[in-house]
Amino acid sequence: MIELKEISKKFGDTQAVKQVSFSVAREETLVLLGTSGCGKTTTLKMINRLIEPDAGQILINNENIIDEDPDVLRKGIGYVMQNIGLFPHYTIAENIALVPKLLKWDKAKIVSRTQELIEKLHLPESTLTMYPHELSGGQQQRVGLARALITDPSVLLMDEPFGALDNVTRTSIQKEFKALEELKRKTIVMVTHDVLEAFELADRICLMDKGEVVQIGTPKELLYQPTNDFAKRFLAGQKLILEFKVVNIQDIWTYLPQEIVHRGETETADLSIWEAMELLRNKDRSELFISGPNKAIKSINFEQLTSGFNQYQNAQHHE
Amino acid sequence: MNEQQQTLWQFMSGQSDKLLSQTLQHGGLTFISLILAIAIGLPLGILIARKRKLSGMVLGIAGVLQTIPSIALLGFMIPVLGIGAKPAIVALLIYALLPIIRNTYTGIIGIDLHVKEAARAMGMSKGQILLKVELPLAMPVILAGIRTATVINVGVATLASFIAAGGLGEFIFGGISLNNTNMILAGAIPAALLAIILDALLSLVQKTDVKKLRKGLYIFPVIILVLGGFYALPSAYGSTLTAGFTPEFMGRQDGDLGLKSTYGLKIHTIVISDAVMYKAAYAKELDVISGYSTDGRLKAFDLKILKDDKNIFPPYYAAPIVRDEALKQFPELEKTLNLLSGKITDSIMTDLNYRTDYLHQQPERVARDFLISKGLYKAPKNGHKGTVRIGSKIFGEQYILAEMYSMLIKGNTQYAVATKTGLGGTKICFDALMNDQIDFYPEYTGTGLLVLLQPNPKIAKEMAHDKEKTYNYVSTEFEKKFKIKWLKPIGFNNSYALMMRQKQSKELNVNTITDLKNYLDKN
Repeated sequence: MIELKEISKKFGDTQAVKQVSFSVAREETLVLLGTSGCGKTTTLKMINRLIEPDAGQILINNENIIDEDPDVLRKGIGYVMQNIGLFPHYTIAENIALVPKLLKWDKAKIVSRTQELIEKLHLPESTLTMYPHELSGGQQQRVGLARALITDPSVLLMDEPFGALDNVTRTSIQKEFKALEELKRKTIVMVTHDVLEAFELADRICLMDKGEVVQIGTPKELLYQPTNDFAKRFLAGQKLILEFKVVNIQDIWTYLPQEIVHRGETETADLSIWEAMELLRNKDRSELFISGPNKAIKSINFEQLTSGFNQYQNAQHHE
Repeated sequence: MNEQQQTLWQFMSGQSDKLLSQTLQHGGLTFISLILAIAIGLPLGILIARKRKLSGMVLGIAGVLQTIPSIALLGFMIPVLGIGAKPAIVALLIYALLPIIRNTYTGIIGIDLHVKEAARAMGMSKGQILLKVELPLAMPVILAGIRTATVINVGVATLASFIAAGGLGEFIFGGISLNNTNMILAGAIPAALLAIILDALLSLVQKTDVKKLRKGLYIFPVIILVLGGFYALPSAYGSTLTAGFTPEFMGRQDGDLGLKSTYGLKIHTIVISDAVMYKAAYAKELDVISGYSTDGRLKAFDLKILKDDKNIFPPYYAAPIVRDEALKQFPELEKTLNLLSGKITDSIMTDLNYRTDYLHQQPERVARDFLISKGLYKAPKNGHKGTVRIGSKIFGEQYILAEMYSMLIKGNTQYAVATKTGLGGTKICFDALMNDQIDFYPEYTGTGLLVLLQPNPKIAKEMAHDKEKTYNYVSTEFEKKFKIKWLKPIGFNNSYALMMRQKQSKELNVNTITDLKNYLDKN
């Protein structure tokens, strides 16, 4: 779907991006992760030609984007940015309808699509006639997302989309974002420096440092098979919580107690350890019934969960 | 006809025709130059916001143009654009340019970079970004610039009267020269109102919310065009020759009024400043001008004085006028100033003026050379028994006289000297004297009689043609009324005179004012 081939970019004497290559599959979410100044944002902006690369090629659907008119290219790619960049002199409705107006959609179509989006994004209808400064940060970010989604582009670029939000708002928007059907159909490249966010949202993560790709892989691969010291150190600080997040019941199935017979509600085995812990702690349940492979059902309590996780961990490290 | 006792209202209603046309001209000048300044300044501002490297240069040039004194700028324009509306509009345009360029530039570069990036990322073209994002967002700042430019232009447009472009400056500067407060106010009040009203209107536009503004933006140029159009009204040219008279001359009994009543002269007349009048005559922009008989430019520009065969121009013998108190404070002053009495004849004065006006010698040098040639020059004694303050009006002859007096006082007494030269006109100079800002300045008998004393017309007429009688009358009256003393006359008579180019005068065979009238009646 999206393919970067040995992309390089220099600003003055600084090599911002050095021979970066990766590809993003259809409907995949790739997160560019790294510290500030690692070249992730520059890389992202080269995909819709906000920045032109010095060398290398970028293909979208096998077509070299350099052959396309940049304005046409950008109208076909959704873009969400950290500072949202809503037009202060446009109402929310006008901000959302920006690209359709440029594409000369008819009014009825714009209105119905706007309605659809604000419902999905939980924006009250009254906000449509307001101006951006009258909205909260979280609402503004939803408007930014609606603006990017209105033409239903197949590719979405997101530059630290939740970076400007406070922690509480960020967590809830991330959850909504993850649950949004509309986004599951999109090929997404997202930039963040927040490791947890990357692990939360990414199908695959591209870890970058000093303009170069350090490692590309699934969150689990990054965590358990780091290719070098940098990758290891980058995740070290939050290792435990990340492990809770990437490991699921299925992974530790063999370390859990014997199967039982249970009729009633069960949880699926792709529940992460973190989610299972949350259920046990927050919902004040003493045990969970999990339906695993071959319709087998196991019952676990908190101690069994942690013990299973520990055995799995030990097995990973001894590999 | 005693204008002093007229109320301002009477004056304004009496002159309502003139007042209306001057106000319209004033508004017209302001608006036309404003439209042009916007037409040039807005794109330039946009350009330098795009290409920041150019911004320093463009803003620098606009800034330098802004600092050129307005009257000098008007002077520069005459050789290129002549006199009248054209150079005035160009000059106003130049003054309006800087605020418009600068505010367009700062308005655009001040827009949140993220908003611009979002616009680009949404696929807006450069033109769309400019029209839909940059200009609307920069509009409040741009409008503030236009407001500044408008107020500047209403002010500077008063100077347009110096180069015959009309406007309320005709009343203001005429009033200053004629010591007529009503006339000054009749020009100044409408000008101030014009500035206040325009500024208020623009601030209204600025405050309207963005939505309505968009429609307002289309109405705005229309309003400007309509108002600007007033100026374009064709003025009827009544005669084949064009006269350029100073604002002062226009309002004086011994000037344009006398020419009309005594000679019956009908000539197409425009109002112009003394500073540019001679040059305009030389450049054939004007055919007849109201000059001064001792003016050096007479010689420099090869002009000929038309004989005043019906004696409407009274004698203007120059003499220093001094406050009585100053004479008491500086006992040696009178004696020293009288050293110059009778020493300068008409032709000497014309020659001295020629040296400063045309050969561009410094007044100080001209004064020194003259005093040395007459054996009056003495090295300064550098005394400090108090300081004598000398005033002068704003033309060459007065500068020379002030320098001579300064040298005489420094060389012959223990007093120090401070000169306050270039006081705008008779009224300003005289007010400075009355208010103890200066101790003396050179004044002319005719001016003292007709401008400062303004006796009833009968007395004025009786005096007007006799040198002695005029001098005696002003001497006694000034002493009585103002406690000011006229010292002995310097010798020359710098009266008003009508002038033409030597060549044209020969071609048309016009040597006297009556000849001129006959010529005009025939053609």
